[in-house]
Amino acid sequence: MSESPETSVSVGELVLSLRGISKHFGAVSALTDIDFDVHAGEVVALVGDNGAGKSTLVKILAGVHQPSSGTINFRGSEVTLPDPRAALTLGIATVFQDLALCENLDVVANIFLGNELSPLRLDEVAMEMRAWTLLNELSARIPSVREAVASLSGGQRQTVAIARSLLLEPKLILLDEPTAALGVAQTAEVLNLIDRVRARGLGVVMISHNMEDVRAVADRIVVLRLGRNNGVFDPDASNQDLVSAITGASNNAVSRRAERLRAHRDSADSGQAKEQRQ
Amino acid sequence: MTPEQGTSAPMALDRADVRVKHQTGLGGAVRSFLDRVRSGDLGSLPVVVGLVVIWTVFTSLNPVFVSSSNLVNLLFDCSTVGVIALGIVCVLMVGEIDLSVGSVSGFASAIVGTLWVNQGWPVALAIVAALAFGALIGSLYALLFNRLGMPSFVSTLAGLLAVLGMQLYILGSTGSINLPYGSALVDFGQLMVMPKWVSHTLAAIPGLAMLVSGLRTFARRRAANLSTPSATGLILRVAAITVGLELIVAYLNQSRGIPWMFGLFVGLAAAMNYALTRTKWGRSMTAVGGNREAARRAGIKVRAIYLSAFALCSTFAALGGVLAAARLASASQQAGTGDVNLNAIAAAVIGGTSLFGGRGSAYSALLGIIVIQSIASGLTLLDLSSSLRYMITGAVLAIAVIVDSLARRSRASHGRA
Repeated sequence: MSESPETSVSVGELVLSLRGISKHFGAVSALTDIDFDVHAGEVVALVGDNGAGKSTLVKILAGVHQPSSGTINFRGSEVTLPDPRAALTLGIATVFQDLALCENLDVVANIFLGNELSPLRLDEVAMEMRAWTLLNELSARIPSVREAVASLSGGQRQTVAIARSLLLEPKLILLDEPTAALGVAQTAEVLNLIDRVRARGLGVVMISHNMEDVRAVADRIVVLRLGRNNGVFDPDASNQDLVSAITGASNNAVSRRAERLRAHRDSADSGQAKEQRQ
Repeated sequence: MTPEQGTSAPMALDRADVRVKHQTGLGGAVRSFLDRVRSGDLGSLPVVVGLVVIWTVFTSLNPVFVSSSNLVNLLFDCSTVGVIALGIVCVLMVGEIDLSVGSVSGFASAIVGTLWVNQGWPVALAIVAALAFGALIGSLYALLFNRLGMPSFVSTLAGLLAVLGMQLYILGSTGSINLPYGSALVDFGQLMVMPKWVSHTLAAIPGLAMLVSGLRTFARRRAANLSTPSATGLILRVAAITVGLELIVAYLNQSRGIPWMFGLFVGLAAAMNYALTRTKWGRSMTAVGGNREAARRAGIKVRAIYLSAFALCSTFAALGGVLAAARLASASQQAGTGDVNLNAIAAAVIGGTSLFGGRGSAYSALLGIIVIQSIASGLTLLDLSSSLRYMITGAVLAIAVIVDSLARRSRASHGRA
């Protein structure tokens, strides 16, 4: 990672803009008419219940799946992402939920997979040095970069996957559940890293179920529900609003009952317990 | 964003984590080797042990087995199927299989016989035609696999029959074509051996190459502030390999000497080993064999990798067929049939290339085919029938696959790939 912010995108400029993205798997509509924007120097959190379409959206941006309809604009021009290589070349790096590491290769080989230095005579020393540099930036706890990935723990694998995404100096980083497998200290490191990446003027999209992490770093929170846009929130929006948008519970019997119960609790009485049982 | 290195103490970049045991020095190298073996990372250990057992048994039954002249014949026989096994290593690396290598080799020998002897083509052109045909067949398998999702097991099984049919067709009613004795090709397959000085020089090359590249890596790692492997270990390894190879060469030179054909085979194995371990292509092959989807998401052109694996395998099979025709001085209907197919696959697996993809080495073809041919040669010397030979070779293959599976399970439980 070079010191100079070589990105030509000025902070605040629209990096990525999706309009009307839909994706069907047979009869199932995983995504319907999604609009989604990411600006440079911005962290956008993508939240939603299981099956809301978050990972599908990320996979479309990574070139793994192709959208059934809709347009993708990247840095001002319309693009298609027919395969992962196209996304990587444009400068979209992805850390997948399943990490997509080759367990039979060592850490260095995984970080440089597809981008090896000097293809006809692999430069192992330079690659190992660069790997350590990247891993140390992430304060990684990797015992040896010459061990196969199979011998690493879940958190260590996560760190390797994140280090790999940073290798190519991307313009936009997609993180699918980046902190799910991490310990307290490593979660903080990843959040710090996201701050650092934002400071360098890159766009970051982060999927997470952990509202605490989302609030800690996100500039905007985009909610998906059943494959549709379901609101955009500031990080200081109330937990209730967010949960309602995620579960779709803001306007139905469940939420009304929850509100009624809360109102009862506020007027804390001794007869409250009996009332709740009714 | 520079790495946090030790402030004053020169701590190597990869030795900063205090929780990890690092084996240093010569004793450490031995200990880490034993640790690897115990956790199921066997490498070529089973095949070396197996070879020692086989040679001991056959020598005790018939001392002629280890005679210099018998071993030279063994090397001639190894080269043909060994080249085919090199191709099998390629497809096994990506987790696929080619069952038609025997037929392809037989058809390649038929092409050379027909074009060269019957049609009067120059022999070099006939060989090129045979190799091109091999590449074409492999590309066809890759096309079926990539575009139609046809399992390689089935497409190559179909190819086995179809290509065998083509071989019988072009050989026609005569059934076999004799290649002229005294021609360069037949001499290459039957007679040509290296002069003594050439074989001794070539035997010194692996050690020298190891020494030079080892010292270069040593210097570069030190300059890059990475830990360096034990220099004593390197020098001992180089010495052992050089002395070992020179002794073997000296022993074989007591009779005819090292066949040029075996030299070609070893040269191809060394080239394949380099390609598989030190190039981007080889890294991609290993990645595709280990986790195809991860490789695709890393931007590797997975289809092109499969194409290269299948095409290379069939081309090696065709080359093996040409060498076999040279060895037998004929292109017959029997060429490439019988146990050629399974011997080639068995050689790769016995040598330590995994059937499950993502693990293997070009040298496994070399080691494996020496095991297979040792069994064949030993049983022939004992005057045992081919029925017994098939049974014993089958048992050895089964043992090799069992060792592969057990080692794989052990690696999984010890957290190694």
